[in-house]
Amino acid sequence: MTEHTIHMPCTEEQIRELKAGDTVILEDWLYGIRDATQIHMFDKGRKAKFDLNGHAVIHTAPNVKKVPKSNFCPAGYESVCIGTTTSQRMERFTRPLMQEYGVRMVIGKGGLGEDSRAAFKEFGGVYLAIIGGTAALETTWIERITDVDLEDLNPECLWEFKINHFGPLLVAMDAHGGSLYDGVKKTAEDRRAEALASMGVSS
Amino acid sequence: MKLDLAAVEETAKHLYIQALKILPPDIKDGFKRLDATETDPTAKSILATMIKNIDVAEDTTNLLCQDTGIPIYNILIGRGVEVDGHALKEAIRKGCERATTEHPLRSSVVHPITRVNEQTSCGIKVPVITIDFSDKDEFFEMEMIPKGSGSENGSFLKMCIPAEGVAGIKTFVVDKVMEVGGRVCPPTIVGVGVGGTSDLCTKLAKKAGARPLGSVCEDPEGAKLEKELSAAVNMLGIGPQGLGGDSTAFAVHVETAATHITMNPVAVNIMCHSARRARATFTPKGVEIGF
Ligand code: SF4
Repeated sequence: MTEHTIHMPCTEEQIRELKAGDTVILEDWLYGIRDATQIHMFDKGRKAKFDLNGHAVIHTAPNVKKVPKSNFCPAGYESVCIGTTTSQRMERFTRPLMQEYGVRMVIGKGGLGEDSRAAFKEFGGVYLAIIGGTAALETTWIERITDVDLEDLNPECLWEFKINHFGPLLVAMDAHGGSLYDGVKKTAEDRRAEALASMGVSS
Repeated sequence: MKLDLAAVEETAKHLYIQALKILPPDIKDGFKRLDATETDPTAKSILATMIKNIDVAEDTTNLLCQDTGIPIYNILIGRGVEVDGHALKEAIRKGCERATTEHPLRSSVVHPITRVNEQTSCGIKVPVITIDFSDKDEFFEMEMIPKGSGSENGSFLKMCIPAEGVAGIKTFVVDKVMEVGGRVCPPTIVGVGVGGTSDLCTKLAKKAGARPLGSVCEDPEGAKLEKELSAAVNMLGIGPQGLGGDSTAFAVHVETAATHITMNPVAVNIMCHSARRARATFTPKGVEIGF
C-alpha cells in the first residue's frame, strides 16, 4: 500500500504504477460529471469544451450558489457542498470518456463494473474510491469552481474545480485488472451460507 | 389547539436544512459503537473519516452529504388539533421550496419522464407527505427525512409465497444486502417490511429504515426477526462503503403487518450512513425542534 500525490493532468505511466489498495492525493484540477452530463455528451452529441486529456473526473452534482462573476468565481458559482454519487449508474460511460476524451481517473463511490475494468486495462485508467456521504469534508478539498460547461443541465453540468490536497482516495480498481471489490464480493459469497445458517435457514 | 400554518411553513423549511446538517444523536452513537468493535483497518479508517465528516459539517455548518435527497415529511396529528388539511400540505410544500431557494440547496427532484428540474425540490406529489393520527391531546408532529438516492435505489419487493416461509424472507434480505454492496453507502440501517399488501409492505420497509437506532419493533415476532437479521448481515464482511469489514449495517429494523393467507410479501428499503432526520413537535406550549 503506497501513498501517491499526483498533479493533474497525469500520464499513462503514472496511472499504471498505481495498485489496488494504494492511496492517492490529487492536486490542481478536477472535473465534475454526472448522469445527465454524460447522456448529453455521449447520447445527444454535445461536445465538452474542456480538454480532459490525462484528467480525473468525479461523479458528482454539487450544491452551488450563483454569485456575480469575479476573479475568484470566474464561472459565477460558489461551491456550497460538493460530494460524490454512486458510480454504477454511469458504468457505460467509462469507455467513451477514456477513448474519446483521454480521461485517466474516475472518482466515485461503490465501484464500477466489468466494462470499466476492461477499459482501465486497455487504455490505462483507474477508479478511485471516495467515501460516499462525506461531502462536508470533501468540500474543504475544493478551492473553487473555475469554469462550467453544459450549464443548462444544472446541477448536472460539467464542472471545473481547482483543488487542493484532494484525498486521500483509495485505488479501488487499477489498470491491471485488480479490484478491491472482488475480494469483498467473494468473502460475502463465502459467508452467505453461514449467515443464513445462523438464522436456521439452509442454503 | 389551532395550528399556526405560518409556523408550519417555517418549521418545514428549518427541518429540511437542519436534517441535512446535523445527524441525530442515536446515529452518532451508532457510529461510536461500530468504531469500537470494527476489526478491519481500512474499515476503521473509513469510519473515522465518516465521524470526522459529521464534525466538519457541524463546524462549517455545511451539508453532511451533497445529496439533498427526496424530501419526505411524516405528519402525526393528535386529538383536538384544528387544521385545514389542504392548507397544511401547501404550507409544508412552501417551506420545502423556500429551504431550497433561500439556503440555497441543490434541488434533486425532477419530472419522471421529461427529467426537468424545477429547482425547488418539489414536483408532482413531492415533497412526499404522509399523514397519520395519534391519540395524544393537542399534539402535532412533523418528521422530516431527506432520503438519499444511493440508498433509496436499494429498494426491493418480493411477493414470496407462503411455502417459502420466514426462510424466504431472511434469504431475500441477506441477498439484497449482498447485491447492493457499497452502492448504498454502508454502514446502513436495513429497513424490512413483512406482510401487508405490496404497497403497505414497501411503506413498512421505509418506516423501519427511518426508525431511530435502538428502537425495537412493537411486534415481538418482528423484534425477534430484526435481531437475527442484524447479526446475519454483519457476518457478510461487506463493511463501510463496501470495501470490507464488520460494519455493514448499524442494524436491521423490521416492521410487520397482517397479510393474506396466500401471500408472504417482503420489502427492503435501505437508509445510508447519512441517516438524516429532524423532528418538530407542536403543542400549546409552542414548537420544539429535535430529532
Ligand atoms: S447514499 Fe446517502 S450518504 Fe451516500 S451519497 Fe446518497 S445520501 Fe449521501
